[in-house]
Amino acid sequence: MGFLDISNVTKSYGNVEVLHQVDIKVEEGEFLVLVGPSGCGKSTLLNMIAGLEGITSGDISIKGRVMNGVHPSNRNIAMVFQSYALYPNMTVGQNMTFGLEMHGVEKSKRDVALKDVAKLLQLDQLLDRKPGQLSGGQRQRVAMGRALVRDPDVFLFDEPLSNLDAKLRVDMRTEIKKLHEKLKTTIVYVTHDQIEALTLSTRIAVMNGGYVQQLGTPKEIYDTPANLFVATFMGSPAMNVLPAKVSMVDGVPYAQIIDGEGQPVSLRFSQENMEDWDGKDILLGIRPEALTDPEGADRKSTNIATFHNAIDVTEPAGSDTFVTTTLGDADVIARMRADTDVASGQMFEFAVNMDKAVAFDPVTEQRIAP
Amino acid sequence: MSIATQGTDVNTGKIARTFIYLVLLVFALFYLLPFFVMVVNSLKPLDEITGGNMMALPDKWTIQPWLSAWSSAQIGVEPTGLKPYFVNSILMVVPAVAISTFLGALNGYVLTKWRFRGDTILFGLLLFSCFIPFQIVLIPMATILGKIGLAGTIPGLVLVHVVYGVGFTTLYYRNYYAAFPTELVRAAMMDGAGFFRIFWRIMLPVSGPITVVSVIWQFTNVWNDFLFGASFGGQSQPMTVALNNLVQSSTGVKEYNVHFAGAILAALPTLLVYIVAGRYFVRGLMAGSVKG
Ligand SMILES: Nc1ncnc2c1ncn2[C@@H]1O[C@H](COP(=O)(O)OP(=O)(O)O)[C@@H](O)[C@H]1O
Ligand SMILES: [Mg+2]
Repeated sequence: MGFLDISNVTKSYGNVEVLHQVDIKVEEGEFLVLVGPSGCGKSTLLNMIAGLEGITSGDISIKGRVMNGVHPSNRNIAMVFQSYALYPNMTVGQNMTFGLEMHGVEKSKRDVALKDVAKLLQLDQLLDRKPGQLSGGQRQRVAMGRALVRDPDVFLFDEPLSNLDAKLRVDMRTEIKKLHEKLKTTIVYVTHDQIEALTLSTRIAVMNGGYVQQLGTPKEIYDTPANLFVATFMGSPAMNVLPAKVSMVDGVPYAQIIDGEGQPVSLRFSQENMEDWDGKDILLGIRPEALTDPEGADRKSTNIATFHNAIDVTEPAGSDTFVTTTLGDADVIARMRADTDVASGQMFEFAVNMDKAVAFDPVTEQRIAP
Repeated sequence: MSIATQGTDVNTGKIARTFIYLVLLVFALFYLLPFFVMVVNSLKPLDEITGGNMMALPDKWTIQPWLSAWSSAQIGVEPTGLKPYFVNSILMVVPAVAISTFLGALNGYVLTKWRFRGDTILFGLLLFSCFIPFQIVLIPMATILGKIGLAGTIPGLVLVHVVYGVGFTTLYYRNYYAAFPTELVRAAMMDGAGFFRIFWRIMLPVSGPITVVSVIWQFTNVWNDFLFGASFGGQSQPMTVALNNLVQSSTGVKEYNVHFAGAILAALPTLLVYIVAGRYFVRGLMAGSVKG
């Protein structure tokens, strides 16, 4: 029994089921991020936790209390909306204490709570302003303050950073993370930005088409994606996916791929249970940072394979240099250290960290687990 | 070359602008002329009108026609002046405007933020009421007013105007609230505010512009209405009907100066509302139609 229990929850609008059998248990103090492309049902799930949408079947409970049919204001939760949803006619202070007022908390107690939170979020100077007189970042902080004042069991965030410019988004991301580390409140956070998901969360639920594709820690999601969707959705640039054929040589599995000139290249698998796949096609997933020059390869890796191939394009990006090359028919991106000596058109020795490579069943698109 | 072009541009601009102002001036004069005639002649003794030029300023200025129109002129058979009817109009227009505006706001709130099955059809029906000609409903309305015992009373007139006005006020508020972010209502719900609290504390405080529109629209329509007043007014006829009786009275000489004064008196409240709130009117109309 978790702190927040979502068990077998589905949601239908009319005849259309938009969420299918969602099952997530969140422990107290966890930072759960729901991530997925637009329209996958993240907001719907969040709104169901909030009580703003009804539950078609299944149960949602908080602290062991089933919340189905409980009014949003009686769930002891607070939500930060994408548009911030600050009341335009009220001052910052009134915005933040409105919820307490509605819950019948007396003025003196409201003021104490307001003072604490205002200090925490550095809003002391802004309490008498109207939302219209605030910058985007300040509004964002007020929206979080309004949620914090209530001292809820669970915080819900629906894409809270997507209205901010890039720089501010990174700053606020750090601020939210700091806040969570300080307060240890349970958070469910919705975003379509996989970097936000990886940086903020203690656990991630990757969603697509109304299904939870994978639920796990950021490391699990990144290193051992459950299927092709998770593998390619999480990480930027996206994981390279190559068609490959498995062949067993002296009981050791190899992945055969085709290089830019149409010649076969054999890469030894680090995972061993590939006998069943001997002679069959698979999809081989290699993250850009697992494809480097030999000196840049991970020293802790037990299995580095190398091959020569022509460089198509180089893209220096400050801290890294991205190199595009062709394997089979696919464009493949390699991530090199910034000062790696590379030029377009040049033949180059690539190193693959096969410890980090993952194999997928080309039909089911599920990962072939080691 | 470029400087020369710029030069002609500015010149053309000046000429065009002078022309625009000239046209505007002509139109302003055209509209103001009747008003001028009314004001000037309401301040003359009657013999100056019958014997002289309508356009001329008074030789002898007098406010007697105004006093007469207000308190002693013959309205129908009673020499009461317009005063009691003015009071009737006020007693009718204030509740009618207040109730129809309030109901419109409530309807707009429900139709945008508490949507339910069939809400668009309901809104369509409400809108339809805006296009029903007054004449069609006269007889059924009279029957209903009679049945509920409000025939010939001010509350009866208030009811009629509320029923007729609510379609328009709902349209205004619905369009205005449609642009109002629903997330705010959801936030208030999570904060623990109920249906009416959200309405009072969140929606109404930001409804200023559209309320001005609704009030002006309703005030002008209700105040200026003649047909309902004449049909259902009974003993409590509004100003417009009284003015008609004043002007149409067939006995004795036609006191044109008194008629002019009476007509201005009848128009004064709507004029006042426009002057006080007019600049918000345009702003509110825009806010309702254009998002943000
Ligand atoms: N009120 C509604 N009626 C019908 N379909 C809806 C409604 N709300 C959301 N949906 C559908 O449910 C799916 C999930 O929506 P949503 O949860 O908003 O996605 P997102 O992951 O982008 O937040 C979408 O396909 C959307 O079209
Ligand atoms: Mg969403």
